[in-house]
Amino acid sequence: MPDLLIELFSEEIPARMQARAADDLRKLVTDGLVEAGLTYAGAAAFATPRRLTLAIDGLTGESRAVREERKGPKVGAPDAAIDGFLRGAGITCEALEIRDDKKGQTYFAVIEKPGRKAADIIAEVLDATVRNFPWPKSMRWGTGSLKWVRPLQSIICLLSDEAGAEVVPLTIDGITAGRSSRGHRFLSPDTFTVNGFDDYEAKLKRAHVILRADERAEVIWNDATQQAFASGLELVEDRGLLAEVSGLVEWPVVLLGRIDEAFLGLPPEVLQTSMKEHQKFFSVRNPKTGRIERFVTVANMATADDGATILAGNQKVLAARLSDAKFFWENDLRTVKAEGLEGMGAGLANVTFHNKLGSQGDRIARIAALAREIAPHVGADPDLAEQAAKVAKADLQSEMVNEFPELQGLMGRYYVTAAGLDSAVAAACQDHYSPLGPSDAVPTAPVSVAVALSDKIDTLTGFWAIDEKPTGSKDPFALRRAALGVIRLVLENGARINLRDIRVSAEMRIPEEFKSGETVPDDAGANYDSLLAFFHDRLKVYLKDQGIRYDIIDACIAMPGNDDLTLLVKRAHALAETLATDDGENLIQGFKRANNILTQAEEKDGVEYSYGADLKFAEDDAEKALFAALDAADAKIMPAMKDEDFSTAMTAMAALRGPIDAFFTAVQVNDDLQVIRRNRLNLLSRIRKICLSVADLTKIEG
Amino acid sequence: MSDKPRSFQEIILRLQSYWAAKGCAILQPYDMEVGAGTFHPATTLRALGSKPWAAAYVQPSRRPTDGRYGVNPNRLQHYYQYQVLIKPSPPDLQDLYLGSLAAIGIDAHLHDIRFVEDDWESPTLGAWGLGWEVWCDGMEVSQFTYFQQVGGHDCRPVSGELTYGLERLAMYVLGVDHVMDMPFNDPDAPIPLTYGDIFRQTEQEYARWNFDVADTDMLLQHFKDAEAECHRILSTAAHDPKKDMQIIMAHPAYDQCIKASHLFNLLDARGVISVTERQAYIGRVRALAKACADAFVQTEAAGATA
Repeated sequence: MPDLLIELFSEEIPARMQARAADDLRKLVTDGLVEAGLTYAGAAAFATPRRLTLAIDGLTGESRAVREERKGPKVGAPDAAIDGFLRGAGITCEALEIRDDKKGQTYFAVIEKPGRKAADIIAEVLDATVRNFPWPKSMRWGTGSLKWVRPLQSIICLLSDEAGAEVVPLTIDGITAGRSSRGHRFLSPDTFTVNGFDDYEAKLKRAHVILRADERAEVIWNDATQQAFASGLELVEDRGLLAEVSGLVEWPVVLLGRIDEAFLGLPPEVLQTSMKEHQKFFSVRNPKTGRIERFVTVANMATADDGATILAGNQKVLAARLSDAKFFWENDLRTVKAEGLEGMGAGLANVTFHNKLGSQGDRIARIAALAREIAPHVGADPDLAEQAAKVAKADLQSEMVNEFPELQGLMGRYYVTAAGLDSAVAAACQDHYSPLGPSDAVPTAPVSVAVALSDKIDTLTGFWAIDEKPTGSKDPFALRRAALGVIRLVLENGARINLRDIRVSAEMRIPEEFKSGETVPDDAGANYDSLLAFFHDRLKVYLKDQGIRYDIIDACIAMPGNDDLTLLVKRAHALAETLATDDGENLIQGFKRANNILTQAEEKDGVEYSYGADLKFAEDDAEKALFAALDAADAKIMPAMKDEDFSTAMTAMAALRGPIDAFFTAVQVNDDLQVIRRNRLNLLSRIRKICLSVADLTKIEG
Repeated sequence: MSDKPRSFQEIILRLQSYWAAKGCAILQPYDMEVGAGTFHPATTLRALGSKPWAAAYVQPSRRPTDGRYGVNPNRLQHYYQYQVLIKPSPPDLQDLYLGSLAAIGIDAHLHDIRFVEDDWESPTLGAWGLGWEVWCDGMEVSQFTYFQQVGGHDCRPVSGELTYGLERLAMYVLGVDHVMDMPFNDPDAPIPLTYGDIFRQTEQEYARWNFDVADTDMLLQHFKDAEAECHRILSTAAHDPKKDMQIIMAHPAYDQCIKASHLFNLLDARGVISVTERQAYIGRVRALAKACADAFVQTEAAGATA
């Protein structure tokens, strides 16, 4: 069984694309080979900054021959039918066989597909793979038309077995496959030839290239932690950075560098961000003080001076970056001390938020008023919430955030603290943008929650008012994220807020001249509130991830108070639990039967049977038992609903299952006696009323 | 020449000699205010069309918003870029580039030189390409781009573009911490001049004018004038009645596009362009660049045949 080695050698592949590309290469090639009738024992793919490599072992030497027979038209059938059959089978009429079939003489096509050599199949599959590779972004170069992530320079495509190794003949856009590769760009620039994967990997290592990304990461991690440890320090773990750096080097050399004393007073996040974002440095911390004191850089080069020149250069670049940062930090602190946060943020009045929604200053005023209003609902002090909202975005005007936008919020916390404001206000500055994604933590401090909610609700209300709603995949203002943020803030904090009321007052703060889209009507009329519907849509997605079905959520959305998401979800959970029980599931059938019979009768008779059933017309024992059961359920459900104790209410409702089933088994609703029939329909009406008071069970499927 | 260059100008001269030896036409800077070497018609326009091209030049570049009155060690509103454009991009362009670093005294065996992903896009030129920023010991010393589109036109063949930020690169090679302290000519010359001797005062003057004094009404009017003239030039019939021949005026039109782009930068520095207006202005300049590109591809210099 031969083994296959493929290497696609190119100019530097972006680090973030390497792992995915290796995976795609493996999948595309192996799928292609299998589809063409080959099998293999194992496949593994690798990436370095300059190469994608695929090793397949135990490949079959050729695909099996395939013989296929197709039955065609009868002899004497119209020419058109015969021609069509020939076209479909891809043969000429000489190749047709005539055989006796049940219905007489019939044409048969016998299609022989001989087995193909693995090399032929590989050449085809690799060509198609390279030409259609799913790079996130690809490019052309020189005069060629081939697209690759960066110029593709050489290809290895080698089949090897005990007898030896042979290149698979293949040329893609002028690049002919061979068996030679190159090592590290500077340390081992010469080409070398290989006779199989093991040979390839070993020769690469001699040529200063570690093929496996996880091995490079391990080298980096081990060397870095050891060097930090030897200096009595610890490396700050950062897996994302480790993965990225592993994709920037073929031959990692870890160097521990110094940060000038003058910069150690900067906030640790500033040091970390500056080092990580711009320089791809790891931070090294003093475990005793928690301060970041050194850095680790990973070079792709071993030098005669053991990296001294490289380290000196990196330290210099870092010093230039950090002196900028220090300059900004000191200027910002000076501004805050002299003019307060209001002074720092004064310029926001001149920054356009959106040309139809005024300036950032306008927006902050709206958020502050909203935060004050929301505060009592989330247990926050209204004064603090308003104050926090007023200063929460001041840092957008700081020099530090101007340079490092990713530090927005965090710098606000530092500056608010420096200004001597309440720590709850400082926390709100940092946390009010959260949650940013589905896995981002949700703030829990009341003032932070109030400001975070106000920020997002103002955004949503504003863009709704100017009719800039998300459509399809387009959501340029990240409104879906904002809505999910509101949902998570409300639910995870158990906040009781009527979004409809909040929205109405948020809407009122948006100046009339901005409004162009749907505005909130005064009454709760039809087509009332597509923003609330938008919240409900996001809520469905959110709850579905928690295992709650769409129809259950719909049944709860149809109930009053559906803009109180905490209440809505509590109801949905209770309903889901109830429906998961045997009683609950069967109750739905009973309810639907009752509802169908009743609805048909009401339509036919043109009346509404809601006058109350009378026990004295009950004839059957099952019927009498149902009266008793409904009374008992009512007695439990009504107070439970008042207390929002949905579990108790729904358990009581589910308990009706037995009596309802028994009733339908024993009794014919449409009795010949009109008095009896009417009474029974009125009884069904009680079932419907009780069930619908808990949730809109008509929405439940099945 | 000693192994290590001793001055800013020596670095420039070595780059000029190196790329001349590699066959590039050594052009002179374009005689208009531009934000980057890419704006030189030798890059923007010559990256279009089928005719082979190889040029290198220094381009003084102006970015009004980067002015720091000559105080910041690294930031300037007027600085120099070294630009190389070769069409079609040769297969050994990376090696050629590394050779140029060696020529200015950067020994690849002592330093850590890396090609780090950086996709280049110029919204004002309607242009984009893929490539890298080149790092030397953690510092970005060049941009390396394979042009894919310019002025909305696919580049066929593809040009390879190299851009060196000369001050930053030279400061690193010369071991200088503040740009103003960098020797401009040879430090042992009878009259040694530093970068600061030449540019400190001008940085102050321009920073003041850019940020506070430039007449914004006038600049706005000039922007509109340049835009109108560009469109007027391009809408003029290609046939010149005086000479009775086809003369498409792509370059004069493109001059107006360059002007509009720089005027926009000045207005931006004066802080009179809001965030939303920014996009609209960029779009207007891009429309000019595209119109110029449309015109250029119909000319002989782009390989068009009459």
